[in-house]
Amino acid sequence: MKTALKLAYRNLIGAGLRTWLNVVVLSFSFVAIIWLKGVMVGWDYQAKTDMTNWEIGGGQYWHEQYDPYDPFTLSESHAPVPREFKNEIAGGNMEPILVVQGTIYPQGRMQSIAIKGINTKQEIFLLPTHKLDTVTDAVPAIIGGVMAKNLRLAKGDYITLRWRDAKGTFDATEIVITDIFSSNVPSVETAQIYIPLEKLWEMTMMQNEATLLTFRDQEKERPAVQGWIYKPKEELTASVDEMIKTKTAGQSVFYAILLLLAMLAIFDTQVLSIFRRQKEIGTYIALGYTRREVVGLFTVEGAMHSVLAALVSAVYGIPFLAWQAKVGWTIPMDASEFGMAMAQTLYPVYSAGLVVSTVLIVVLVTTVVSYWPSRKIAKMNPTEALRGRIQ
Amino acid sequence: MQNNSIIRIKELTKSFPAGKTNFLALRGIDLSLGTGEFTGLIGPSGSGKTTLLNIVGSLDTPTSGEAWVLEQSIGKLTAKQAAQLRKEKLGFIFQSYNLLAVHTVFENVEFPLLLLKMGAAERKKMVMDALEWVGLTDKVQSKPPQLSGGECQRVAIARAMVKKPSLVLADEPTANLDAANSHHILQTMVKLNEELKTTFLFATHDEKVIRYLRRKIYLLDGKVDKDEMVNGKEVNSKK
Repeated sequence: MKTALKLAYRNLIGAGLRTWLNVVVLSFSFVAIIWLKGVMVGWDYQAKTDMTNWEIGGGQYWHEQYDPYDPFTLSESHAPVPREFKNEIAGGNMEPILVVQGTIYPQGRMQSIAIKGINTKQEIFLLPTHKLDTVTDAVPAIIGGVMAKNLRLAKGDYITLRWRDAKGTFDATEIVITDIFSSNVPSVETAQIYIPLEKLWEMTMMQNEATLLTFRDQEKERPAVQGWIYKPKEELTASVDEMIKTKTAGQSVFYAILLLLAMLAIFDTQVLSIFRRQKEIGTYIALGYTRREVVGLFTVEGAMHSVLAALVSAVYGIPFLAWQAKVGWTIPMDASEFGMAMAQTLYPVYSAGLVVSTVLIVVLVTTVVSYWPSRKIAKMNPTEALRGRIQ
Repeated sequence: MQNNSIIRIKELTKSFPAGKTNFLALRGIDLSLGTGEFTGLIGPSGSGKTTLLNIVGSLDTPTSGEAWVLEQSIGKLTAKQAAQLRKEKLGFIFQSYNLLAVHTVFENVEFPLLLLKMGAAERKKMVMDALEWVGLTDKVQSKPPQLSGGECQRVAIARAMVKKPSLVLADEPTANLDAANSHHILQTMVKLNEELKTTFLFATHDEKVIRYLRRKIYLLDGKVDKDEMVNGKEVNSKK
């Protein structure tokens, strides 16, 4: 094996430009695959971090009637905050949120929304709730950038808000937009407004009630509470994992095309080699190689392209990937249109596992592709090969 | 096996498929070669000399009969055993040199020693010795495309001789060379034959080579037509 490695290396280096062309093409595949996978991992990480920071904290309890995908459940999905959480709430480690269905009328248009009452002094979310802690002539409200853009709302705008209280009576008031935030998490920005929790309690006559209870830190076990459903962080971010999985599967086609192009070059080189280097093959056999050993040599030679490609990739790929991890990749379209947590600029995250697995897969595929045409050597007649007569 | 014989061939035939029939390239060859001989298989194209050389070199197998080379029956060797025989005991010189074009002169000559898994220092010494025999110590780092035909064949001789094999098989070694280079090459081989006692077996129809042979085995239509020593004495190959 050592001899085969040495000879393969000499043959490859000696072949000059032909080798380096293959190596460079293969190295593009290495870098592109690692970068793309890095972007996906980075997106996954970033999406989960953004969701944690803006929406789900370390996990939540949901009122048993609450279904975020069914607004008709909102009228029933509220209950007094359980006593066992009073201390956590007082210590700022848990935040109750009351969600009520409502309607706003920006510039005469009608828009159904969710009204979320939230503690103005909360520190679990990055939501700028301190902007709600102000004295105005209307109810202060903050909204997300996506909603502001869709409804053409700006800071300082007054809008009419209508809602139903605990008894089902309609009421209406003016709200004023005190801040517009940008979060990368569409589910906290779309069709919802945030107002002070105490104000919403007062408006709905649902004093001390909540729909969601979000806790700061992720804990392994949470007690079961009557009327509330525990939602661990993993469950709340499962949709992100699903989406990333789907996107990754889609990208696999792209990886396959990249690999296919590189492998085509290797396969082509191997096939050509076997026909062009017949005399050389015959010579190896005359000098003491078995045909199987020559097959091994050619396979090692082909596979070594991927090893050289990994080295070449390291030369320009490491600086490129490091630079990308630092400046990120800005998506050339509006990320908010994706409908899930996604920043406009994604920062790739590379793990040792990602790099090692990519290298192993490419080396393995290259070896198979190199071996495939080399098998023909095993059937060659060495005396014919020596004279280069095999067609 | 006959004493002192390095090659012993008995009733050897070799046929190749040619369309729906078989072409008989060797038709019952009987001969033996002793250690240190400088012998040629002489004959026109198609007389079977290269086929015989290939069988002796364990690159091909007989259809019937027996070929014993260095006490091993060629027809009974496995691929691995045949490769081992070539690796350890045989040297090859080809008409078109068959050097590895992308390797340097040093690497070409070093190749058989790499297969024998020798240490680097020993390899280096043996390669330099071999290149000195053929007068190419100044071309160590050159690659075959940078050499003349004569120089290439001298590299091929060094490669064949570097491991000091028992038997060197040379197939038309001067066919691509001019007269001066041919004589130079042959003088080198004669010198190595005398100094190292290596047996040389040529396949040739080149007069320049024939003049140097000490034993001439003429083949015609796959049979030994005449087998004579340079002193004109006939050799009874069946002894």
